[in-house]
Amino acid sequence: MRQAIGIDRVVKRYGAFEALKGVSLSIADNEFFTLLGPSGCGKTTLLRTIAGFEDVTAGEIALYGENIAALPPEKRPVNTVFQQYALFPHMTVRDNVGFGLRMQGVAPAERRARAAEMLELVHLSDFADRLPTQLSGGQQQRVALARALAPRPRVLLLDEPLSALDLKLRQAMRVELKQLQETTGITFVFVTHDQEEALAMSDRIAVMSNGQVQQVGDPRTIYEAPVNRFVADFIGETNVLPVMVDAVADGRARITLPGGHVLTTDAVEGLAPGAHHVSIRPERLSLATADADLTARVERVIYLGTDLQLLARLADGTPIITRLQNSSRNELPAAGAEVGLTVEAGAARLLLD
Amino acid sequence: MAAAPHASGSLATGWRSLAVPLMLPTWLVIGTFLLVPVVLMGVYSVLTKDFRGGVVWEFSLAAYDQFFVTRGLFGDEPPQIEWTYIAIFWRSIWQAALATLLCLLIGFPTAWFIATRSPRHRALWVFLITVPYWVNLLIRTVSLRFLLRDQGPLNEGLLAIGVIDAPLRIINTDVAVQLGLFYSYLPFMVLPIYAAVERYNFALSEAARDLYAGPWTTLREIVLPVVKPGIVAGCILVFVPSLGAFLAPDLLGGAKTYMIGSLIDEQFRGSMGNWPFGGAVAMILMSLVLLVLLWQARAAGRGRR
Amino acid sequence: MAARTDMRRYAGFGLTTALCLTILYVPLAVIAVYSFNDDRSITNWAGFSLRWYADVFTGPEAPIFRAAAWNSLSIAALASTAATVIALAAAVAMIRGGRFHGRQASYALISLPLMVPEIVTAVATLVFFTAIGVRTGYGTILVAHITFCIPFAYLPIAARMQGIEESYELAARDLYASRWQAFRLILLPLMMPGIISGWLLAFIISLDDFIITNFVKGAGMETLPTAIFGSVKQGIKPNIMAISTLMLMVSVVFVTLSYLANRIGQKTR
Repeated sequence: MRQAIGIDRVVKRYGAFEALKGVSLSIADNEFFTLLGPSGCGKTTLLRTIAGFEDVTAGEIALYGENIAALPPEKRPVNTVFQQYALFPHMTVRDNVGFGLRMQGVAPAERRARAAEMLELVHLSDFADRLPTQLSGGQQQRVALARALAPRPRVLLLDEPLSALDLKLRQAMRVELKQLQETTGITFVFVTHDQEEALAMSDRIAVMSNGQVQQVGDPRTIYEAPVNRFVADFIGETNVLPVMVDAVADGRARITLPGGHVLTTDAVEGLAPGAHHVSIRPERLSLATADADLTARVERVIYLGTDLQLLARLADGTPIITRLQNSSRNELPAAGAEVGLTVEAGAARLLLD
Repeated sequence: MAAAPHASGSLATGWRSLAVPLMLPTWLVIGTFLLVPVVLMGVYSVLTKDFRGGVVWEFSLAAYDQFFVTRGLFGDEPPQIEWTYIAIFWRSIWQAALATLLCLLIGFPTAWFIATRSPRHRALWVFLITVPYWVNLLIRTVSLRFLLRDQGPLNEGLLAIGVIDAPLRIINTDVAVQLGLFYSYLPFMVLPIYAAVERYNFALSEAARDLYAGPWTTLREIVLPVVKPGIVAGCILVFVPSLGAFLAPDLLGGAKTYMIGSLIDEQFRGSMGNWPFGGAVAMILMSLVLLVLLWQARAAGRGRR
Repeated sequence: MAARTDMRRYAGFGLTTALCLTILYVPLAVIAVYSFNDDRSITNWAGFSLRWYADVFTGPEAPIFRAAAWNSLSIAALASTAATVIALAAAVAMIRGGRFHGRQASYALISLPLMVPEIVTAVATLVFFTAIGVRTGYGTILVAHITFCIPFAYLPIAARMQGIEESYELAARDLYASRWQAFRLILLPLMMPGIISGWLLAFIISLDDFIITNFVKGAGMETLPTAIFGSVKQGIKPNIMAISTLMLMVSVVFVTLSYLANRIGQKTR
């Protein structure tokens, strides 16, 4: 696997505020890589340091092995799709798309041809002579993509490009973006705060918080094997329960759940016996038919169409959410009833903090 | 979102390192040809007067003494407060304040009316208010003088329709000066208030009306406090230039309607002039203006919190 | 909708607006109408005539007016151009330059010509030129005009620039434009409506000035306002009304151009 971008211990400080606290990442060639995190986590800052809009306080950024940290943005073979697109309002769509080529000194004829080709790619050939303000949000989005792709960058940076679109369009664009990445073979670095978006499109995801990378992995790993409480909480809905780790051996741990039931589950590196937390996804819980792992008192049942959500509380007061398939076979407990819950094998994930 | 810490002047637009050189021409021009002259005039105000106009480089507070203190015709009586110049200042302040009030009374409803038109029409209304502002002030003052003359179109018209039977003597009076100041600076009142009303959230009025306030109570209790910064800005923009105005008193007023502007002007004209005294009057006027501006800055600061 | 309109309506405000516009326009209309009066005494209406316009260009005072007009227009053109260039540089520094050393002081300095009463500026400038031994004349008028035109050019430029997001320049840099190219191809065209407005405003302000010019013009040097003022002191003559009407028309043309520049500007927002 060839490395496209190597980020090595990058620090970015604004006065006393540390936006990036020594971030290291390796992004592979031809990968759809997502930086995911809540606002203020440093993901946009990291993207901007790759683009060259911010200098780094310390650390190195390598693009295909070459350190680019000291280069101005126009010297870096990466292009950006901006959050609000930043389409030049005084230029036609064609001139916008051709701008990067013009700056690179590409001849007008070839420029025109490439702009046409790019507009073809994003299905906007008929709009070449319009001004950006005459396009809808979704169309502006595609022009921004075409403009950034036209100079054939080695890496495309996307700064929350879908956040200005409505839900339907956003979902359609997810598929289109992924396809575009596959057909062009360009490395995409995508910034978002929307975990669903990240899970749907990415080859790999880096979850960031507080200026640090919390976990890197493919969508499935991130969702099913979060390493810490932040990742578990941020990605999807989860139950975090206090447990006692009794023993650790051969990568397995024996834990005692609240209420005294004992389970064996995968251990994580650096885990020592003692008080810890586990994350259990609501859909990995079910109503117990026989021996229950957990016992809870139901507070409310919420009807969600395809699903039912069971809000309950353990004896010690910890809230627990269970998601049940909406099926006629289910005998629904009433509010106030005591229910037994079964934890699916391997669903209790130990967290480091 | 995360752009907040680097909202201004990030690395890539690259202007940060050039900020000082880009600012240099402004510093050179305004610094040399306005800041230095004003400071120099302050210095002149504490020098000794030369009889041919100009100054002798010798420290003296004679100019300020002349402004505030009198010792009688021959200078041998015990010092008393000199009221002549203070009265001129007082009259100027009074004239400027009346003109400001008049501008506000006409300007606020106008600004409100314009700001509540449809966005398409608004631009045209603003345009109509802006045109007179762009017309030469001298020409506008001359026009007013022509209109208000004893035998001018206003009097002729009023006589013709029988409203009056003798011409109104407006020209060369305080009223003419007030009208002149009002007419000169009216657009200055309308535009900032318009800007404030345009930003006003009319849901606030709806809430007030919903809570049983009548339209005029809503205006007094809700609208006026909210758009106050615009009103204050408008008042300053009218009051400050009115205070030092020269054209309106000179062309519309008579000998009795002497204002600060004429007083300063006179000190620098020919051999009858007195540069230190003129400098002192200018400095006193400047301090007055500064006080008004400081008051506004404080008011604006309070409003923001 | 009816209730919403109601929030905005106050009895008498429309009428006051009408009154306001009447007050603003009647004196100008009167002088424009009387400039076409075929009578030497300005009191009576004696029929329509263009004689006073002819008098402005060919009458006994024509050479004075011609020289004054040339001085006024050339000074306004030079002063507004210089002020616009200086203000443009200042606006880039103030809005794109971050928190540089002396930013607060710079802002105060740009606003200074608006704060100091005109009469004070006038006498201070005269005192200054006398003190350094410069003879007053065309050059001193020009320098004084450049100085007080800077804030008027600055305000529309800065207002426009504030509305232009930094991301446009960043996008250009990202697409291989140098700093200078990004400025010339992106920032400058986007700022053009503001620059045009600023230049026009500075031009009119320069053309408008009487008080400062009157102090620093020196003997024998006249601009249109000082020439008109000198003439009006002896009474308002019909040829002055004709000149005034011509200047009025210039102002209307300029304000219309500025209005159109802003309209075009809004389209590229």
